[in-house]
Amino acid sequence: METNFAHHQSAHCENGVASNLLKHNGLNISEPMVFGIGSGLFFVYLPFLKVNYAPAISYRPMPGSIFNKLAKRLGLKIKRQKFSSEANAIKALDENLKNNIPSGLQVGVYNLTYFPDEYRFHFNAHNLVVYGKTETDYLISDPVMENVTTLTHAELNKVRFAKGAFAPRGQMYYPIQVPANVDLKGAIIKGIKNTCRDMLAPMPIIGVRGIRYVAKLIKKWPIKEGTKKANHYLAQIVRMQEEIGTGGGGFRFIYAAFLQEAAVILGNDGLKTLSLEMTAIGDLWRDFAVEASRVYKNRSTKVDVYNTLSDELLVIADREEVFFKKLKKAIS
Amino acid sequence: MKKEEVPQDKGNLSNKNMKELVYATDEKGNYTTALSTGWEPKTIALSNSIEEISERIAIAKAQVENNEVSPICYYMEFCRMDIGVLSSYVGMWQWRVKRHFKPRVFARLSDSILKKYAESFNITIEELKNFKTN
Repeated sequence: METNFAHHQSAHCENGVASNLLKHNGLNISEPMVFGIGSGLFFVYLPFLKVNYAPAISYRPMPGSIFNKLAKRLGLKIKRQKFSSEANAIKALDENLKNNIPSGLQVGVYNLTYFPDEYRFHFNAHNLVVYGKTETDYLISDPVMENVTTLTHAELNKVRFAKGAFAPRGQMYYPIQVPANVDLKGAIIKGIKNTCRDMLAPMPIIGVRGIRYVAKLIKKWPIKEGTKKANHYLAQIVRMQEEIGTGGGGFRFIYAAFLQEAAVILGNDGLKTLSLEMTAIGDLWRDFAVEASRVYKNRSTKVDVYNTLSDELLVIADREEVFFKKLKKAIS
Repeated sequence: MKKEEVPQDKGNLSNKNMKELVYATDEKGNYTTALSTGWEPKTIALSNSIEEISERIAIAKAQVENNEVSPICYYMEFCRMDIGVLSSYVGMWQWRVKRHFKPRVFARLSDSILKKYAESFNITIEELKNFKTN
């Protein structure tokens, strides 16, 4: 069984799966558009959740939320299923493939054999599309890979039923209704408003204020936790911001690309200027990653390097606050 | 980021001939996509995490050899899990898993419980029981 599914590589897995599935269903929508309308840009600091023994920072909303918001705002219908039995999960997927329906899956990364070993952690919110099946393998379109790939039946089963935080429980999803005409303008405005609201939220650990909070913590880490731990925490920040899933510079560039597309669709030149500004902010995030990696590579024990890093992040927070206020105004 | 600035450093991806997609601006300032082989800060961050894990594996190994913890603890670290992840794989409370770290308790575990652990670690019950130090 094989469907004629076109694979396009993307920067982020959830955007990529959404964009690829919708393209397959006749709605030509780019990755940045998915990301912008689905309000993918986010920031939250979760001190009580430890990932790899360091406090968690998420640069993205809950898994599934981008596609769900996108669907709601464009008036699409997506079917989502979770399974308690592995046999039923396999049956449902095979049934879909038989009916020529490529299906999105939420999976765990640890057993994805085609990933380099260094990338395999117990992270359960990765997304991919299964578009066919042979005697031994499933045909996989993983949006972060350049080309399509495969997993054996047993391997796919394992990643679908990975355990731990965000356990996918065999989760499978696919669009069941895609209207011919969608209200792109309205959806873009809703998406932007949502992102502005998130990033300017009056909560200490979310959005711009969350970034500021983490910046202030960085100053305290070497004193409170010792430099070894502080270095590990820093490495973790950079990893979460720049690795598969990307959050820092990478996400800002996708958002800037979205604003550029949105400027044309809405006929709003203000968004084009803001796109340039977002690109500049993305470059600042990258500079931060460069500086941070230098600190822990040299195992620096000086406290002032942490202060410099913290100040850099505070500048980013300030710039983003100004940016999202302007963006909010530009579309109202 | 400008397209010509897209990093092409040697990274963990390039070893496997993989490239990742990034968004960058062309000479006119319009967004386009480009492929990147890797970026040094990312590689450094990743190797830091891997080092951290290797250290923990080495410590766990020494502890098993000294009969301070059971092999379950070693394999947990080896599979990059923590207690939370392991406990959901085996479907037992975290305190129970922690108890199984004690060599004395581990020695008395039934095969059906050991099987759960072995399956989660992708090894056989024999490998779990007869811990090899190399």
